[in-house]
Amino acid sequence: MKYGYFPGCSLRGTGRAYEASLLPVFRHLGIQLDELEDWNCCGATAYMSIDETSACVLASRNLALAEKAGHAQLLAPCSACYLVLNKAKHYFHEYPAMTVQVKRALQRGGLAYSGNTPVRHPLDVLIHDVGLEAIRQKVVHPLKGLRVACYYGCQIVRPYATFDDACEPTTMDQLMEALGATVVRWPLKTKCCGGSLTGTIPEAGLRLVYILCKEALKRGANVIATVCPLCQFNLDAYHHDIRRRWEDVRIPTVYFTQLMGVAFGLRPVDLGLQRGFVPFQMPASPPDEPAVAGKPVVAPPTR
Amino acid sequence: MKLDRTIRYQADSDRDFGRQVMAVPGCERLKDCIQCGTCSGVCPLSIYMDHSPRQVMALTREGFKKEVLESRTIWLCASCYACSVECPRQIRITDIMYELKQRALRDRVYPKGLPTAVLAKEFAGMVHRNGRITESFLVVLLYLKTNWLEALGQWRLGLGLVRKGRFPFKLDAIRRRAELRRMLDPEPDDTSATAPPTDRRTP
Amino acid sequence: MATHCEEIRIGFYVCHCGHNIAAMVDCEAVARYARKLPGVVVSRDYRYMCSDPGQELIRQDVREHRLNRIVVAACSPLLHEHTFRTATERAGLNPFHCQMVNIREHNSWVATRKQDATRKAKSLAQAAIHRVRFHKALQVQRVSIRPEVLVVGGGIAGIHAALTLANAGKKVFLVEREATIGGHMAKFDKTFPTLDCSACILTPKMSAVRSHPNITLWTLAEVTQVEGFIGNYRVKVRRSPRYVLEDACVGCLECIDACVYRSPKFPDAFNEGLGKRKPIYIPFPQATPKVVLIDPATCLNLKTGKCKQTCLEACGERQAIQFNQQERLEEIEVGTIIVATGFKTFDPRRQPLYGYGTYPNVYTSLEIERLVNASGPTGGEVVARDGRKPRAIGIIHCVGSRDRKTNVWCSRVCCMYSLKLAHLLKEHSEAEVYNFYIDIRAPGKGYEEFYNKLLDDGVHFIRGRVGEVTDWAMTPEEEGRLVIRVEDTLAGCVRRIPVDMVVLATGLEPQPDAQAVRRLFNMSCGGDGWFLERHPKLAPVNTFADGVYLAGCCQGPKDIPDTVAQAGAAAAEVLSLIDKGYVEQEPNTAYVRDEDCSGCKSCIPLCPYNAITFAEDRQKATINETLCKGCGTCVASCPSGSIVQRLFEDDEVFAEIEGMLAYDA
Repeated sequence: MKYGYFPGCSLRGTGRAYEASLLPVFRHLGIQLDELEDWNCCGATAYMSIDETSACVLASRNLALAEKAGHAQLLAPCSACYLVLNKAKHYFHEYPAMTVQVKRALQRGGLAYSGNTPVRHPLDVLIHDVGLEAIRQKVVHPLKGLRVACYYGCQIVRPYATFDDACEPTTMDQLMEALGATVVRWPLKTKCCGGSLTGTIPEAGLRLVYILCKEALKRGANVIATVCPLCQFNLDAYHHDIRRRWEDVRIPTVYFTQLMGVAFGLRPVDLGLQRGFVPFQMPASPPDEPAVAGKPVVAPPTR
Repeated sequence: MKLDRTIRYQADSDRDFGRQVMAVPGCERLKDCIQCGTCSGVCPLSIYMDHSPRQVMALTREGFKKEVLESRTIWLCASCYACSVECPRQIRITDIMYELKQRALRDRVYPKGLPTAVLAKEFAGMVHRNGRITESFLVVLLYLKTNWLEALGQWRLGLGLVRKGRFPFKLDAIRRRAELRRMLDPEPDDTSATAPPTDRRTP
Repeated sequence: MATHCEEIRIGFYVCHCGHNIAAMVDCEAVARYARKLPGVVVSRDYRYMCSDPGQELIRQDVREHRLNRIVVAACSPLLHEHTFRTATERAGLNPFHCQMVNIREHNSWVATRKQDATRKAKSLAQAAIHRVRFHKALQVQRVSIRPEVLVVGGGIAGIHAALTLANAGKKVFLVEREATIGGHMAKFDKTFPTLDCSACILTPKMSAVRSHPNITLWTLAEVTQVEGFIGNYRVKVRRSPRYVLEDACVGCLECIDACVYRSPKFPDAFNEGLGKRKPIYIPFPQATPKVVLIDPATCLNLKTGKCKQTCLEACGERQAIQFNQQERLEEIEVGTIIVATGFKTFDPRRQPLYGYGTYPNVYTSLEIERLVNASGPTGGEVVARDGRKPRAIGIIHCVGSRDRKTNVWCSRVCCMYSLKLAHLLKEHSEAEVYNFYIDIRAPGKGYEEFYNKLLDDGVHFIRGRVGEVTDWAMTPEEEGRLVIRVEDTLAGCVRRIPVDMVVLATGLEPQPDAQAVRRLFNMSCGGDGWFLERHPKLAPVNTFADGVYLAGCCQGPKDIPDTVAQAGAAAAEVLSLIDKGYVEQEPNTAYVRDEDCSGCKSCIPLCPYNAITFAEDRQKATINETLCKGCGTCVASCPSGSIVQRLFEDDEVFAEIEGMLAYDA
C-alpha cells in the first residue's frame, strides 16, 4: 500500500507527536507514505474567511501537485487539512465558475488539476484499506485496562463524512477495541474543541475543552484519543488555565496513532509521547474500578 | 435612563445584501431557511453570541448588513460544521459565516478587541508570504497585534511548548513561493479576484 | 361523415387562458399565422375557449363555415380534450375530428422568452393542422363494469370504504396483510381534537365488517397479481397460514393460557414492543377476526416439531388449531379496486441526534399511544423504561418531517397528535410537558381550540427544533436525566431542559413496499413515494389506472377525518361506475392488418395488458380491443408494420412531424 502524504503545518509544529507516531506506525504496517513535494498550507479555517476562491486555489495547489507526482491517493492526517482539501475538491466539482478560476490560477503556476485525487484520513485507511484483522495481528502489548474516550472532533466527520457517520462515528472505537482497549461511551465524541478560539476567545474556547475533559473523566476514561493536532493541543495544553477558571480536569490526550504504536510495542519516545503536557502512562494493572471516575464537582460550572 | 428604539426601518436595511450573500457559492440555500433554530441548538458557541446563528440567517436574508457584519457571532464560529450537517434545509451555515467574515474584514467593521479577525488576516498573510504556517510565529504575531500584555500571561504555556519541543524557532516555508504567489494574486486583467492582505513584514 | 375525398375545412382556435398562455405566447400572432395554412378556413384567438361562449364559437363556425376539422391550442388534453371533443360532437361532427395542442403546460408555463414560446406555439399548431386532415371518424367503445370491489388494506380507510360499498349492496373483498384489521387507528388511545376513545369509535366498524354479509374479509393476505382492466380485473391473493381455522375458533383464548411458554416472551408488535406475547396469541382483545394465530418464527412446534402441543389439548374438540395449514392462493374477479395500504412511521434511529435506541427513555409517539392506553403494557400508567415516573417530559415535533435529509414533507398529523399526547401525558402523570416545535399546524375544525386548551392546561410550548438529546449533565438538576438542548427562538436564547422522558413525534412515510404495490396496480408514485392521484384538486382519489382508486394515507399523510372522507369519496366513485354499468373507452386502440401480419408472434409477449393472442387457425396475431390501452408498444415492435393504432396511424403521425418541421421561423 502506498499513499501520497500531506503532513500539514501543525504536524511540523505543535502537532509533531502526531507525525512522530504516524510514520513509524504506518511503516510497521507496511504502508509507504511519500511526502508531497513542496506542499503548502491548506489554508485551514482562517483562509476561508479571506476569500473562498483563493482558499480553494491554495488547497488545490496541493491536489494538483499530488496528481503531478502520480499519487493515486493523498493522506491528510490533520482534520483541518482533510476537510479543506476535500472542500476544495467539492467546490471544484460543484461550482463551474469556481472551477474555471481555480484552473486558471493553477495554470499561472504551471499546474493542472482534474479534481480526482481522493483525499483520505489515516483512520479511513486503517479501517477500510488495512483492516482491523491486520492491525490486530500486529498488537504485541494489548492496551488492557486502558479506558479510552475516542475523540473524533469536528472536521473529519463534518461536513464531508465519507468514511464514518457524522453523528455516531465508530471507526476509532473499533480500532481501539482491536488494540485491546476499552472504549467508554462518551456522548461528546464529535463535539467541538473550540478550534482556535482557545487562544483568541479563551472564555468560550476553553470552556468547551473543560466540558470535554470533565465528562471524559466522569465516564471513567483514563485517556482521550484524538485524530487532530488542534484538538490534541487544546485538550492538552490549557489545563493550567482551566484549573484557574473552573476546576482541575487533567486527563492525558494522545493521538490514536500513539496508542497504536504502544500496542505495536514501539518505544514511547519514538512515538513522541514525551511531548504531551499531561503525561500518559499505561495503567499498571487492569483496574476493577475506573481510576478517576466520579470525581466530586468542586464548584458548579458557570452556564 | 437612555431608551433605545429597536424598530428597524426599511430604509436602514441594505436590501441587496441578502441577495449578494446568497449568490456566493455555498450560500445559495439561505433562501430556504425556516428559522427552526437547529443551528443555534447544536452550536457549541451560540451561548456567547449576540445574535444566534438563526438570527444571523434572518438578519442576512432581510438585509440587515450592519447588524450582521458587526456582530460577535461570525467571529465566534469555530467552523465545527455541526449546524451545516444538522440543518433540515441543508443550508451551509458555516460557509455563510465565512462569507460574512470576509465582508466584515473587507469593510473593516469587525468588533474591536476580537483577535479572531486579526488571526484570519495574519494567517493569510503568512501563508501568502511563506506558503506555510509556523504556529509559533503566528501566535507571537497575533499577540503583538492584539494584546501583548495578554501574551505575558501565557508565558507558562509558551515555556512549556518550548520545553516539549513543540515551539519551532525556524520559520517554515515552501521552496516555490513565487509560483504560489502568482496563483493567489489576481490576474492583471482580472479585477474580480481579491487578493489576501499583503502584509510584507516578516516576523 | 367526412372522408378523404371531401374538401378539408379546418377551424383553428387559440386560447389565451386568461394570462396563463397569453402572457408568454402572442396568441394573435399564432392565429394570424394559422390562418394562412392550407385547409384553415377560420382562425381565432379567444380569452377562454373552454367557456360556454368559447365552445359556442366552435359550433357557430362549423355551421357558418361548414368546418369539418377542429384544432384547439390551449391547455393539456388531460383537462379539456373531453370538453372540445364534446363541443365538436355537438356541432354535428365526429368528436375525433378534433385535435388539441398543448401550449400551456408544454409551452407558456415552462418557457422564459415570449419570442420562443410564440414560435413553439406556431409550430405545434402547424403540426396539429397537418395531422387533423387525416383524422378518421371513430366510435367510442363501452366496457361493462363488474359489481364486485376489491379493497386493499384494512385500516380505517379500507374499513370505511368497504362498509360504504357493502351497505350499498355491493360485494366487497377486503384484503389485509396483518392478522387483524384496524390498522394504526386501533393502536391510538384517543383521537384529536375531541378526545374520543379511538377503540370505542373504531371497533364497532371492525365488527360490522366481520359480520357484514356483503364483505369477504381475508386477513394475513396479500394481493400478488392483478390482471385485466377497468370493470374486469382478475386478482390473485396469497393467504398465509394462520395455523388456526377461522370458522372453528371461538376466541376463548384458552390455548394461549395452555401454551408451553408459561409467560409471554416475545415482543408484542401491537404494543410497539413495549409488551410481550406468546407464540400463540391474539394481537389485542378487539382484534377482528377475533381468532388467535400462531407465529411460525417463535412457535416451538412449528420451529422444531418438538413440543407437547398443549394448545391442541386446550382447544379440544373444536380442533381449530391446524399445524399443517398451508398457504392458499385465491383468485377473484372484480370490477374496481380501492387501494388503502396506509403508511409507516419514520424510524428515528435514522436521526441519531435524538438518541432513540441509545437512551431507553426516548420513545416514539406510537409507543406513547400504547403507554397511556388503559389496555396497554402498563395499564395506562406513565412509567419510563427504567421504571421511573417522569417529572418532566419533552415532546419533539417534526422528527423525520420537513427535513431534507430524511423526508421533506410536513406529515400533517404530528402537531395535533403531539398536542393530544401532551394532554394525555399530563392527565396520566404529574409531569411538566414541553413541546418543541417549528410551527404549530392546527388547521382543522376544532384544532385551534384544542391548541388553546393545551395552553390553558399549562403545557410548555417552545419554538425551536431540538439540537440534541443527551445524557451528560452540566448542573446537579440534570444529573441522571436526559437533557434537551434547544434554541428557544421566541425567548431568544439557547436552553438546556432536563427531562425524564423524550417523545419523538415521528412523521409518516410511504410503506416500504410502496413501489412494488404501485407496479402491481399500475399506479404512479410522486417523487416523495406516495401514490399519485390523477389530479391533486379535481381527481384526488382517482389514479392513472382506470378503475383503481386511493383512500387514506397511502396517497399522502392525513388525519382520521380526512381519511374517512377520502375513503367515502373513493367508494362513491366506485358506486357511480358500478351503477352506470359501463365506461366509454378511448378508441385509440391497435388492430392487426391481417394481410400484412407474418405471424411472427413477437408482439405477443411485449403487450403489458396481455391483449394480444395468436389465432392458430389464421396464423395471425389478434388484439382484444377491450384489453388494449393504446400504449403503442406492439405498433413500434411489429417487423412487418402490420399493426395500426387508431389516432396514431402512420399518415397522421407523419403529417404531424412534417407540419412541425415545415414551420420556419
